[in-house]
Amino acid sequence: MNAQESAPAHPAIEVRNLHKSFGDNEVLTGIDFHVGQGEVVCVIGPSGSGKSTLLRCVNRLEEPTSGTILVEGIDITDPETDLNKIRTRIGMVFQQFNLFPHLDVLDNLVLAQRRAKKRGKTEARRIARQNLEKVGLADRADAFPSQLSGGQQQRVAIARALSMDPDMMLFDEPTSALDPELVGDVLAVMRRLVDEGMTMMVVTHEMGFAREVGDRVVFMDGGVVVEQGKPDDVLGNPQHERTRGFLSKVL
Amino acid sequence: MKPSTRRRLFRGSLYVILVAAIAALLLSANWKEIKYNFLDVEIAKQLFPAIIITAAKNTVVYTAIAFAGGLLLGLLLALMKLAPVGPYRWIATAYIETFRGLPALLVIFGFAFAVPTAFASWDPPGGSASSGLIGLILVSAAYIAETIRAGIQAVPAGQREAARSLGMAPGWTMISVVLPQAFRIITPPLTNELVIIIKDTSLLFIAGMALGDRELTVFARDSLSQFGNSTPLIVAGLMYLVITLPLTQLVAKLERHQNRGR
Ligand SMILES: Nc1ncnc2c1ncn2[C@@H]1O[C@H](COP(=O)(O)OP(=O)(O)O)[C@@H](O)[C@H]1O
Ligand SMILES: [Mg+2]
Repeated sequence: MNAQESAPAHPAIEVRNLHKSFGDNEVLTGIDFHVGQGEVVCVIGPSGSGKSTLLRCVNRLEEPTSGTILVEGIDITDPETDLNKIRTRIGMVFQQFNLFPHLDVLDNLVLAQRRAKKRGKTEARRIARQNLEKVGLADRADAFPSQLSGGQQQRVAIARALSMDPDMMLFDEPTSALDPELVGDVLAVMRRLVDEGMTMMVVTHEMGFAREVGDRVVFMDGGVVVEQGKPDDVLGNPQHERTRGFLSKVL
Repeated sequence: MKPSTRRRLFRGSLYVILVAAIAALLLSANWKEIKYNFLDVEIAKQLFPAIIITAAKNTVVYTAIAFAGGLLLGLLLALMKLAPVGPYRWIATAYIETFRGLPALLVIFGFAFAVPTAFASWDPPGGSASSGLIGLILVSAAYIAETIRAGIQAVPAGQREAARSLGMAPGWTMISVVLPQAFRIITPPLTNELVIIIKDTSLLFIAGMALGDRELTVFARDSLSQFGNSTPLIVAGLMYLVITLPLTQLVAKLERHQNRGR
């Protein structure tokens, strides 16, 4: 890769005037949002405010009703865009892990490398083991998801996403389904990704994490971005009544 | 009356009814006739080994062919029923509703006799037995399609989303993620379909078959006329049970296993 290509010409994610309705229910009512290259953006907000929907629109698991979404400058709402290719560059981590229960841990990491990236078996396995190492689960390669704790499953899910060599990672409340004592391990893995300079969009209720590693915090409510800024500002000195109301409940 | 007394009385009368019914059955049966006509050991012995190497073998072979064909066609129909394109869904729905609504016997009969009349070029290898077998495949595919469709829909949406978010194409997602899980979910009902097909191979008798093609029911019926005795029916019935009982036990075991959570 030459210097020109690697220069961050576009923001990683740029969302303009995004609207999304489910039937009559307009869930996103004109969202403008972006994530810069290498930036860590934490999205907070009450349940039902549209955080997951926004995140899922970014890799088009949800079809936007109107608006533009650019990923590294490529319009993913354009029907001509090769979605499968773009998606290999966007890692996604779900609240419910969504590991493939019929495959062991190693094969969970290998499958999409083979099917989507067309990597050879040996290479895919090597990369899978590297990423298991990274999340501290190298010794569980042969386990099945049902044999792992929630925290371990989520770390496998992160390793699975990383095995595609994504340019950015989307997290949808990655620790919300975990027992409290298992949250720390997952956050530690995510911190490590931040340290490595990964571009990240994280929907989370972990305000401590947002404050500590977030470059920016975005507060959503009722399908719009109400307020955003440096974590210390948004979390420590919120400007909007709705933000204050929300924070007073969760902090 | 105390509730415990009432309960005891109720249970007691259930036993009395049962014993009376069995006694009535045993007393009214003509035991001499039964022993002579259904349980003739000499005749039973003469059925072997043909009843195994020909009849039971053919039942198993026909079952395997009908089940394999039904699975393939059923999978195709299930995928059509879930297709994004309307006409595929309509065709699949029309097919499934038609063949689930028709008696299997009628379909088998139709393929053995009506279709060959309608299409002069219709001449599958294996003669009318295999024509009938095609009818059996078409019927079982309709049931299997609905089972597979239900299995596909029972796979959590998050599985498909995870695969797609990794950049896997819809086809690969179906093949590598959805179908393996769907088939796990539907193993018990599919095994039930298999048991039903085993029994439905007996309907192939309507197609008529050459001596070497006879399966258990035709074999038993021919032997019955040959010996003028019903013992072959009993032996054939036992052969069916030898084949089906292990399978129904397997289904029960699988269901218990799944209920415990995989
Ligand atoms: N697939 C869907 N179909 C219909 N309504 C949906 C769907 N997904 C989300 N919604 C609705 O959209 C709203 C926002 O949901 P979501 O984005 O999940 O919020 P959050 O993640 O902030 O809790 C909710 O009212 C939810 O009921
Ligand atoms: Mg959500």
